[in-house]
Amino acid sequence: MLIPLFIAIPLAVAFLLPLVARGRPIVSDCLANATMASLTIMAFASVGEVTLYHMGAWPTPIGIDLRLDPLASLLLITVNVVGLAAGIYSVDYMRQYRDKRRYYSLFLFLVAGMNGVILAGDLFNLYVLMEIAAVASYALVAFGCQHEELEASFKYAILGTLASSFILIGVALVYGVTGTLNMTHIASRMSDSGMDPSLLFATALFLCGFSMKAALVPFHAWLPDAHPSAPAPVSAMLSGVLIKAIGIYVMARLIYNVFGADQGVLGLLRWLGVISMVVGGLLATGQWDMKRLFAYSSISQVGYIVLGLGLGTPLGVVGALYHLVNHSIFKSLLFLNAGAVEYATGNRDLKRLGGLNRVMPVTGATSLVASMSIAGIPPLNGFWSKLIIVVACVQSGFYGLAAVAVAVSIVTLGYQLKVQRYAFFGAGSPVSTPPRVEPRLMATAMVVLAIGCMALSVLVISGLDDPILIGPAAHALLGGVFAL
Amino acid sequence: MIYPLCFLLILVGLYGVVANRNTVKIVISLLIMQHGVHLLLILIGYRTEGTPPIMDPGTPPTVFSGAAVDPLPQALVLTSIVIGLGVLALLVALCVRLYERYGTFDVGEMTRLRG
Repeated sequence: MLIPLFIAIPLAVAFLLPLVARGRPIVSDCLANATMASLTIMAFASVGEVTLYHMGAWPTPIGIDLRLDPLASLLLITVNVVGLAAGIYSVDYMRQYRDKRRYYSLFLFLVAGMNGVILAGDLFNLYVLMEIAAVASYALVAFGCQHEELEASFKYAILGTLASSFILIGVALVYGVTGTLNMTHIASRMSDSGMDPSLLFATALFLCGFSMKAALVPFHAWLPDAHPSAPAPVSAMLSGVLIKAIGIYVMARLIYNVFGADQGVLGLLRWLGVISMVVGGLLATGQWDMKRLFAYSSISQVGYIVLGLGLGTPLGVVGALYHLVNHSIFKSLLFLNAGAVEYATGNRDLKRLGGLNRVMPVTGATSLVASMSIAGIPPLNGFWSKLIIVVACVQSGFYGLAAVAVAVSIVTLGYQLKVQRYAFFGAGSPVSTPPRVEPRLMATAMVVLAIGCMALSVLVISGLDDPILIGPAAHALLGGVFAL
Repeated sequence: MIYPLCFLLILVGLYGVVANRNTVKIVISLLIMQHGVHLLLILIGYRTEGTPPIMDPGTPPTVFSGAAVDPLPQALVLTSIVIGLGVLALLVALCVRLYERYGTFDVGEMTRLRG
């Protein structure tokens, strides 16, 4: 299959949409959702293939490569499924904004950038596609153009551009030392020569830059403002897949497959993970804005993923990748639920909501599934991934980290119960206008993601240490320097 | 000698982003930082007493690659300048819209999102 189509199709449709879809909004709806559906089908069809595509048929050291391996397939499926759900949801949700054409155009730029980052085999190509996704996300966060959206987008844009500059300095240093930008080539040059002080500096810069993109704790300041301010399907994409595709995935690739995972860097990842878990979880319990609570919760769950990656053992990496996929599905579902609540009642303040289960049964039920998943209640998917991470911690001898992981899981249960109790259960609050039922397409998108939550727990049937799609992806990561 | 100056330029830009209160000045400091990064990229490809990387049809490739500066970082910098232009356009549009909403360019006044 042609791998560049993952980048070319959304990019082409994103350019065409403002030109072609001038009439009624349904044209842009259909075009964008058809694109996302075809990308999802292509992503599922790419499972099991391992391909290297040379752009322009230039051979490897000279040309730019696109690489498809099991880890890339896993991330492609995640990004495109969440994108399809968010796209279907946007059909009804974005009716309250005026410019659906440009919204879908930016949305498809976001998807194209993420697909490109996942497939990139060349450091600078990765940087360019990451910037495409990032700039589209800055514009999407500011989409409503109200006070809070603009403030959040400005903060996000400045910090995101700083992060990209750090990454570019890192790329410059890597090029200066190894003389190449192709990731396989860098890996082979580094395995001959070993770690240079400039490469250590480049690793530090990459860690800073990608931690800012992934919103790990010292670098998380933009996320609690940006994710609530964006429209709900964009929040689902940002929190569900963007921070993972351009943050964690690239960090994992560079550390495991290009630079080689040494214990210093892995120890740093464990620290970042633990601090993010604890700070994100504790700060989430005090929030009364539903989406801001979910944003802090994202920081906490990303801490779990980075902790799993920092363990360095096969089971740790399996747990991290499984939690990455799980979190994409249930966090995007939670943000879509928050959007439905906001669509129906007009506010997201937990103190002023209540009893929504009676009025919005679909939202209530899917939000219950998502809350139980994120809290780690068996047999849903979150339980298995957190269990694998805790067992991996114990296996490596980090009993303290395992205890913190379990404690933060209980904190997660706490704030999810807070959302459930204040928004969905309980007596209805005295609001002036009665809430409206969520429209059919929004409900469909939420149900699809909830079924995905339950279906993902089936992945562990082939064993806790080698789940169905996650096992090969973890092997691709743990295989050390690229062997393609 | 010139590499530390390059890093100094990057740090000046970084200081500007952190310490300024005016949104437009923050954007300009970001631009200074990007200039520093681009300069670093070009300098990494520099060769002392090198020729511009434009090849005559008569020169054999080995002589050319022994004498010319590295063209790849120059291509990277061109791409990065264009990306920087796109980001600058978005940031300036955000500054203008922020002024329309808040009535000021001072980030200290834009504190609706807290906690």
